[in-house]
Amino acid sequence: MIISIASGKGGTGKTLVATSLALSLKDKHKVQLLDCDVEEPNDHIFLKPVITRSEAVCIQTPKVDEEKCTYCGKCAEVCAYNAIAVFPGHVLVFPELCHGCGACSYLCPEKAVSEEGREIGVVEQGHAEGMEFAQGKLNVGEAMATPVIRKVKEQINHDGITIIDASPGTSCPVVEATKDSDFCLLVTEPTPFGLNDLVLAVEMVRELNIPLAVVLNRAGVGDNKVEVYCRKENIPILLTIPLDIEIARLYSRGVTLVQGMPQWQESFIGLFDKIREMVDERSRSLKR
Amino acid sequence: MKEVVVLSGKGGTGKTSIVGSLAALAKNKVLADCDVDAADLHLLLEPVIKQKHEFWSGQVAVIDEEKCTQCGLCQELCRFKAIEDFKVDPVSCEGCGFCFHICPAEAVTMKENLSGHWFISDTKYGSLVHARLGIAQENSGKLVALVRQQAKLMAEKEGADCIISDGPPGIGCPVISSLSGASLALLVTEPTLSGIHDLERVLGVCRHFDIPALVCINKYDINQENTRQIESYCSSQGVEVASKIPFDNMVTEAMVQGLPVVEYSDNSVSREINLLWQNISRFLSKN
Repeated sequence: MIISIASGKGGTGKTLVATSLALSLKDKHKVQLLDCDVEEPNDHIFLKPVITRSEAVCIQTPKVDEEKCTYCGKCAEVCAYNAIAVFPGHVLVFPELCHGCGACSYLCPEKAVSEEGREIGVVEQGHAEGMEFAQGKLNVGEAMATPVIRKVKEQINHDGITIIDASPGTSCPVVEATKDSDFCLLVTEPTPFGLNDLVLAVEMVRELNIPLAVVLNRAGVGDNKVEVYCRKENIPILLTIPLDIEIARLYSRGVTLVQGMPQWQESFIGLFDKIREMVDERSRSLKR
Repeated sequence: MKEVVVLSGKGGTGKTSIVGSLAALAKNKVLADCDVDAADLHLLLEPVIKQKHEFWSGQVAVIDEEKCTQCGLCQELCRFKAIEDFKVDPVSCEGCGFCFHICPAEAVTMKENLSGHWFISDTKYGSLVHARLGIAQENSGKLVALVRQQAKLMAEKEGADCIISDGPPGIGCPVISSLSGASLALLVTEPTLSGIHDLERVLGVCRHFDIPALVCINKYDINQENTRQIESYCSSQGVEVASKIPFDNMVTEAMVQGLPVVEYSDNSVSREINLLWQNISRFLSKN
């Protein structure tokens, strides 16, 4: 089962939920945690994984052999990202604009365009606390997060529980991280910003046709409008974590909630049981 | 004209609350919300929308079932795994057009994509340019670039001294798009290990694009030891810590009331943000 953790607004507690959920389940299940927030991966700070394998993520960018090139301009014509410009007697490639689709190389009539890998990030694999762990890291200065996320998701093994920690927002990196999940947990806080971004995140997850529920973090701060919204939209709030300075202090020191306060483990196991019920219910209704 | 962009790396460190207050403090400016996929600044500024525009960006492939001979070439060649059972998944499609160019039956067309909307609004603190990326859409970087371009035009028209932009979290495409060519990046961090880790990465992006940075440590008193660590890191990097804002629930109370905290009450947070704005102004006039 693949469970993704997303939020809309940043800093609502995705990492807290992802790490504590994974740790709470690892004794009874085969668990893997994938940190797909490749712009700012933080799970490793809390889990201190042992990294055993590291692999570069490369985008295939064009390399033009000017011996063979006739400057016909076909490559520039087919490139949707303006990553190649052809001048009489010269071809310019802008690698940072290239999405690596391969059209230029395939369609070059002279077979003058080959491809070479350009590193944009890295995927690291290893283990932490008896769980499989993997994370992606986008190189500083690189723009495209989705190829790195795709590569991290290649590590998914389908025989246990996979927990995916996504990035904040609702655009392509979050879509890439959450799509194909069996379930999506949206972590929010009871504030106007939390609600505004939750509504956007719910629209996104519904667009992807993934069952979802909410974890309400820092309950007690702000107002009750998130609860009102969830009731109206029929979205269950599966776990409520109160505003607690002790929890904030643990987080600031890089200690997971269930390791700092083991009494929380039961709540996270309960959270998983409810997720499993919702996923089972969903697959029954799809079969009908 | 100067342009300040507020970034953080890690989300939820307080960018938007701080920008809301800077909006109230700065005199002659235009505001821009560059966090186009989870925009929140409008919740503090109560904008009255004056102009609404469509944002068309990129294309999506569509396969005509009538013409498709199911040869499978497009599925084989698509590197984004966007074609399955001779149908295009619009969410996975990156609009490269490879399938369009190679289809022997000419069954693929490329459809223009409405990716979102952008707005020019009036607020009681001045003009605001903001946007909303469509659900599950790409090209947030291009929409950010458009918001900045429009904010610049607006600032020139109004003779504004500066643009203050609320940036997105992370370090990827929309962040780079918010940052390139700006006069100053204000990096808002918090004294958590995650906050420090993410600050280092976003400062790396500023370095990469040669943009000067100031750091603001929000909720600095939540973990004083980490705050000291951030201060010594910044000093080792030659970056000034322009402000240390204490934790106060007043910030959330102000947000619930839909007000910038400096307008909500006179407290230690408001005083510190005042000081922050003075430091930013001084930096802008010197550089």
